Amino acid sequence: MSRPSSPIASLLARPPRVVNVGLRAFAAELAGRDVAVAHVEWRPPAAGREHAAALLGALARHEARIAQANAEGLRRMLSAEPALVDVLPAGEAMPGLDRHVVLHAGPPIDWPRMCGPMRGAVAGALVFEGWAPDLAAATRLAASGAIDFRPNHALGAVGPMTGITTRSMPVMVVENRAFGNRSYCMINEGLGKVMRFGANDAEVLARIAWLRDEFGPRLGAALRAAGGLDLAPLVARGLAMGDEMHQRNVACSALVLRGLAPHLARAAGGAEPLAQSLAFIAGNEQFFLNVGMAMAKSVMDPVRGIEGCSLVTAMCRNGTDFGIRLSATGDAWFTAPVEMPQGLYFAGYGERDANPDMGDSAIMETVGLGAFAMAASPAVMGFVGAGRASDALAFTRAMGELTVGANPRWTIPALDARGVPAGIDARKVVDTGIQPAINTGIAHRRPGVGQVGAGVARAPLACFDQALAALVRALGSRP
Amino acid sequence: MSVVNRLRRGFYADSVVLMRITRELNKGGVTASLMIGTPSNKALLKASGLLTKAGDAAGPDDLIIAVRGPKAQAALALAEKLLQEGTQTRAAGESFPTLASAIAGLAGANLALISVPGEYAAAEARRALEHGLHVMMFSDNVPLADEVALKDLALERGLLMMGPDCGTALLGGAPIGFANAVSRGDVGIVSASGTGLQEVSTLLARQGKGVSHGIGVGGRDLSEAVGARMTLAALDALEADPATRRIIVISKPPAPAVVKRIVARAGRSRKPVTLCLLGADELAVPRGVSLARTLEQASGKPARGAPPRLAAKGNIRGLFCGGTLCAEAQIVLMDHGLDVSSNVPVPGAAPARAGHLLIDLGADDYTRGRPHPMIEPELRNAYLARALRDKEVGLVLLDFVLGHGAHPDPAGLAAALLKNKSKPVIASVTGTDGDPQVSSRQARILEDAGVVVAASNAQAARFAAAALRGAPGRGRARR
Repeated sequence: MSRPSSPIASLLARPPRVVNVGLRAFAAELAGRDVAVAHVEWRPPAAGREHAAALLGALARHEARIAQANAEGLRRMLSAEPALVDVLPAGEAMPGLDRHVVLHAGPPIDWPRMCGPMRGAVAGALVFEGWAPDLAAATRLAASGAIDFRPNHALGAVGPMTGITTRSMPVMVVENRAFGNRSYCMINEGLGKVMRFGANDAEVLARIAWLRDEFGPRLGAALRAAGGLDLAPLVARGLAMGDEMHQRNVACSALVLRGLAPHLARAAGGAEPLAQSLAFIAGNEQFFLNVGMAMAKSVMDPVRGIEGCSLVTAMCRNGTDFGIRLSATGDAWFTAPVEMPQGLYFAGYGERDANPDMGDSAIMETVGLGAFAMAASPAVMGFVGAGRASDALAFTRAMGELTVGANPRWTIPALDARGVPAGIDARKVVDTGIQPAINTGIAHRRPGVGQVGAGVARAPLACFDQALAALVRALGSRP
Repeated sequence: MSVVNRLRRGFYADSVVLMRITRELNKGGVTASLMIGTPSNKALLKASGLLTKAGDAAGPDDLIIAVRGPKAQAALALAEKLLQEGTQTRAAGESFPTLASAIAGLAGANLALISVPGEYAAAEARRALEHGLHVMMFSDNVPLADEVALKDLALERGLLMMGPDCGTALLGGAPIGFANAVSRGDVGIVSASGTGLQEVSTLLARQGKGVSHGIGVGGRDLSEAVGARMTLAALDALEADPATRRIIVISKPPAPAVVKRIVARAGRSRKPVTLCLLGADELAVPRGVSLARTLEQASGKPARGAPPRLAAKGNIRGLFCGGTLCAEAQIVLMDHGLDVSSNVPVPGAAPARAGHLLIDLGADDYTRGRPHPMIEPELRNAYLARALRDKEVGLVLLDFVLGHGAHPDPAGLAAALLKNKSKPVIASVTGTDGDPQVSSRQARILEDAGVVVAASNAQAARFAAAALRGAPGRGRARR
């Protein structure tokens, strides 16, 4: 017997409110009869890819459990308290980053499969560390098998573009104070001829040495004196000022500069070192990108290893492969060939110059920024080729189809202060066939030329298919 | 003759839209088919010799326009034009890319109306149920095991799972799917048959009675495997419903074990229950429960009116859009001592063969890959034209099912074929004057074409039996 308050009794008590999935004519008929209706533009699950649809079917049996795990994952993301706290030599910050260990962007890759810019950066780093006398010797050493290549993610770090990190490079330290974990990212070197784009000449190495010996220690001292810099509120302000924190970091870089200036003044040890430090930050509108990446990593790391959780904890690429990690499957990588970014090129460059997509910076999209926050940054929308401001809103809405929630701390004014999409559910990616978008710089395929354009790259669906297959195996036949 | 395939990449449209366009193209003297490039659709096209290498390259996100015939290029151009028009018609209300976002977007959503292809329907229904929505599933070709699992899930959550293969419901005063404009009243209907619900509710309307709710349960609910799961739940709901004073249960013949369960449940009801289990054996029923042998009887009084003075020789050919109307007509004819056969024989009738033959053109064999004849009477009219020419056929029996979602003018289309007919045609019209087609207007069109229009489907069958008796040497009544 139905109780008066039962769902069936309330269905019968008044005209229903209908979600119409399928024939549009039904929605039109209902609307014509003044029945409230929302129409779903239905497409076959996994866009009709039968193997992927079968995985979704297998996971449907575990729906309650996955939903619960994902809610926990989202809770951890939203309760993060990331703060930029220090600058340390990478080897000191990351135990295991020893002699002859080279960290790189993206999922695991060895020398023979590395793209040109990454090889260039590796050679430069080996010379920088003094493990090879010159670039030619460095290249031989890299190819010899004596170098231990590992992903940044393996040691708690991230790095933009080539992302090459070795023990004496200065890394910024972000601590997630809610969970106590730390993440690291090299200081952004600036624009143009830099190691993250594969450049490796004396000028490049000298700049990194200056960061190691002068700027890094000063910045670290300033941060320690400031008691750290809370990043979640800083990013919230940046969103309101038109940054999406991947392609555009103008506002956040300025906010960091403003927050740290007095502390830098005390720590710099003189007017000239201070002036150099301030000029360095002010001269690089992408200064904040590396801070943001370490922040995003520190927010996502506590989400790792939740049983049954289908949230993506990392997306990254090494110029050859695209890789993702899923919470439930811990440190396993799911990889597929990386795609070419689509975008605009600087004058004199074109698609034939472009290197395939590269860098750990897709951690920004993983945390809900970058392309996921496009609606906050119409200026970027124009730059990445789609044009109209309303397209920027549509972009964020589309990415919202892939996440389990929104981040109420990071809101977008143009979306009536709705939060950025948070918690990419690999099931939703496979189901909708919507590939997560990543705002990215485009590197020249030759080492050292630098950035030649900017655009949007897409995460390959194959990574998510593999991740779901692994999740099915992990859940097994348990109810 | 050459076959041309044209692809539209990344295009999706309702199959009904595509089939309507297909029909338009076929009028122009070509053989055409528009299909989304799923593996099963491509197999269909291949089997009809309409797939070229170009079409075979289509993926599940692509549309294939396949044309064979001398005017193929003109047909392709017409297809493009119709697609343009067809996809511009948008339903009122907002559209969403996924079920989840539609539910989030429509406050108080409580019913999902699902009409996606059968292979995908169960997954969508499961999601809807898990979000706490009742489900009405128009889709058919859904595996029996999925139906059982979905109904169990619904029962666990106190929800209605109407269908699969449920096209009609009247909920809280709103007609959903293929339903007629009937006034509200105190008769609650539980029906495993959409056209059965339509026939009974419109016959009630003609007697000045109204319907509280009409709950569809899907054609297989009273099978052994499904065990009347939803019929019993709907009985509970209607017994508890304050607007309902008596209850009618409609089904084609249920499994014997299920009949016992239904009778026992009806016997416990505090409200009078009429069981119309078409073609079931005579049963002993407890007090408060009555049996109806036909839909007409379930609605109350039989339609009055003396049979017209008709004399027919040869066989009756019944061509039905409504499966339950086809079953009811078989029962009436058998009760008049006639041997009948059908593609969906009721107990006592023979499988389709020469002689009196009643065809349900809405059966799966006829609807796979094309719209139901209630929506698109083209197929029924092709059979009608053939029956009018067929010398073995002495009398044609038709149903016309009106209401929301049905074809706007089925009588007009049929009337065009009936000029110069040389044999009696008897029909009934299931509908009300509140329906978009206006029942009395449809009846007038048929009468003007020389059709005898009966007041109910059962009466039409009685008229047919009488017409055979009117002919010398045929038809001896059994009772």
